[in-house]
Amino acid sequence: MLKIENLTANVGDKQILKGISLTVNAGEVHAIMGPNGSGKSTLAQVIAGHPGYEVTGGTVTYDGQDLLDMDAEVRAQQGIFLAFQYPVEIPGVSNAYFLRAAYNEVRKARGLEEVDPMEFLDIMTEKLKIVEMTDDMLQRSVNFGFSGGEKKRNEILQMAVLEPKLAVLDETDSGLDIDALRIVAEGVNKLKRPDNATIVVTHYQRLLNYIVPDYVHVLAQGRILRSGGKELALELEERGYDWLLETAGASA
Amino acid sequence: MSSSIESLVNKEYQYGFVTDVESDAIPKGLSEETVRLISARKNEPAWLLDWRLKAFKRWQAMTEPRWPNVKYNDIDYQAQTYYSAPKSVKPLQSLEEVDPELLKTYEKLGISLNEQKRLSGVAVDAIFDSVSVGTTMKEELKKHGVIFCSFGEAVLEHPELVQKYLGSVVPYSDNFFAALNSAVFSDGSFVYIPKGVRCPLELSTYFRINAADTGQFERTLIVADEGAYVSYLEGCTAPKRSTNQLHAAVVEIVALDNAQVKYSTVQNWYAGDQDGVGGIYNFVTKRGKAFTNSKISWTQVETGSAITWKYPSVILQGDNSTGEFYSVAVVNNKQQADTGTKMIHIGKNTKSTIISKGISAGHGQNSYRGQVKVLPKATGARNYTQCDSMLIGNQCGAHTFPYIEVGNNTATLEHEASTSKIGEDQIFYCKQRGLNAEHAISLIVAGFCKEVFKELPMEFALEAQQLLGISLEGSVG
Repeated sequence: MLKIENLTANVGDKQILKGISLTVNAGEVHAIMGPNGSGKSTLAQVIAGHPGYEVTGGTVTYDGQDLLDMDAEVRAQQGIFLAFQYPVEIPGVSNAYFLRAAYNEVRKARGLEEVDPMEFLDIMTEKLKIVEMTDDMLQRSVNFGFSGGEKKRNEILQMAVLEPKLAVLDETDSGLDIDALRIVAEGVNKLKRPDNATIVVTHYQRLLNYIVPDYVHVLAQGRILRSGGKELALELEERGYDWLLETAGASA
Repeated sequence: MSSSIESLVNKEYQYGFVTDVESDAIPKGLSEETVRLISARKNEPAWLLDWRLKAFKRWQAMTEPRWPNVKYNDIDYQAQTYYSAPKSVKPLQSLEEVDPELLKTYEKLGISLNEQKRLSGVAVDAIFDSVSVGTTMKEELKKHGVIFCSFGEAVLEHPELVQKYLGSVVPYSDNFFAALNSAVFSDGSFVYIPKGVRCPLELSTYFRINAADTGQFERTLIVADEGAYVSYLEGCTAPKRSTNQLHAAVVEIVALDNAQVKYSTVQNWYAGDQDGVGGIYNFVTKRGKAFTNSKISWTQVETGSAITWKYPSVILQGDNSTGEFYSVAVVNNKQQADTGTKMIHIGKNTKSTIISKGISAGHGQNSYRGQVKVLPKATGARNYTQCDSMLIGNQCGAHTFPYIEVGNNTATLEHEASTSKIGEDQIFYCKQRGLNAEHAISLIVAGFCKEVFKELPMEFALEAQQLLGISLEGSVG
């Protein structure tokens, strides 16, 4: 589904990604872990097409197409979803209105008819259950005045509505208490299907107790230092990142 | 994102066409003779000519105000045509007699002058250059005693009302542009709602400037008698021309005891091109006088004009009267706006609310200028002002000039102001959800303007929202 080869990317003059290769197939969950400043979020943003990052080399293929050639909105319409680390507030625009606009754009791109507000409300009633939210959530402005936990749940609600093929969760666990973490993680698990894939970007192993990855990759200093199964996450939890960094330093 | 934006940037102002009608215009230039000529064309009574001449004299002694935060080259008042009328306009008995070319013009603008308009519950007066070409639904309104006609017609048929209220809110000596208007005004709308009547239809005037080098100087007078209610809408467009055209209108509203007047404007005059060539100079004086327990509410969406100079105001004359001002002003490209309001509290327990939303994009400069004045006798006066600015891009500007004068220590005034910028992050967030940049901006802007849009009559609100989308197209990228 997603094939990244030797990807390099800059912010301004600074190189952040220094040659990333990663393949994600349908039905898989990949965890990307690593210390602060390792380039995890940059990778997530580059996949989503944030204009603030400049891709300087490598290729990214998504469903056989050149992903880097697509505008951010086209990527979204084609099924790429980024759950933001810091969801953005849009005052005065109701969650319901925003979600329906997004839903209809995605439907249009898939050749489906747009839905009217009444139909949409029915769809939402189901989706809200996934993240254990009530429908007063729909009338509030997008993320405006939301608590940290509400913002993250709102991201997963959007994911539930848009039904992406490839979801990238950027530090979705940061700032969540244990209950919110459980709700968010269960939401993600409920949305898992054989024909979609998830990339979980996280700092801590904690989230991976709930969302069990098929593969774990350790990203540091802009490179993937090591890949393994879910047991790698446990090893990291026990030994920290330093031993890997030292090993890498020694081999460099 | 740039390819789609570029194609939209180059999108034409869709109302920029010119109607091909023969017009009867007086020679360019302005003198006492011009004033007499206009008055004669309109078969006006002597008192009105006198009033015009006094205004003209006063105007000659005045200088053009240059304090607004806008820049433009001097206006040559002798290079303008002060009266232009389509030749075919004669006193009409019914709309069937209106020149089909003119009807087509209004159809093209989305304004149907056919009686079908009845369905949507709006009566329309259509002003083309200097004259009214037709007013719909007159008979229906007559049944309720409501008078809604062109100003010219009102002068001839209801002289007592016109004479009583003309200049009672905006005297001809008020300011440079009001004096100019008083001298040369050609047409406009007149509304009178009798005592206790709730006007059953929305009243709407649609202004269209067509002829080149012609100024439009219309005068609108709305009188709501005791306990009456009316909601009035105003729309404006003009062809694209490379020269600037002058629009200096005056609107006066009188709300007698217990009356309510709601005045909404969607102003979409031609704004000039991307380099600031052409466009309308919009110098407008709008003011209402609110008597005891009455309420005057201004709602405006200003998206057009090269220059906007406009402060719809309320004189809160009577005790317990209320004044409201809800405004969205958008500038893009090289547009400049200096707009706001004045709330003058004279009566006791008077209340005013000001919600101003300024949006600046491109190289646009947007200034909010607002005055809240509480006179010594206005015990218990209250004002709430909220003044928000939004910036799109790095080349534009937003400015705020509040003037607060309080002469009574029981007054309560609140003032809130904010400036925000549509960030790349907001747009990216929307794009990541599948919305393109234009859609994202119109959504963010609509959210920003929500408090004002909800004051607009339903069908106007949709139009305004679309209009904002169009005005801001291509403002990022």
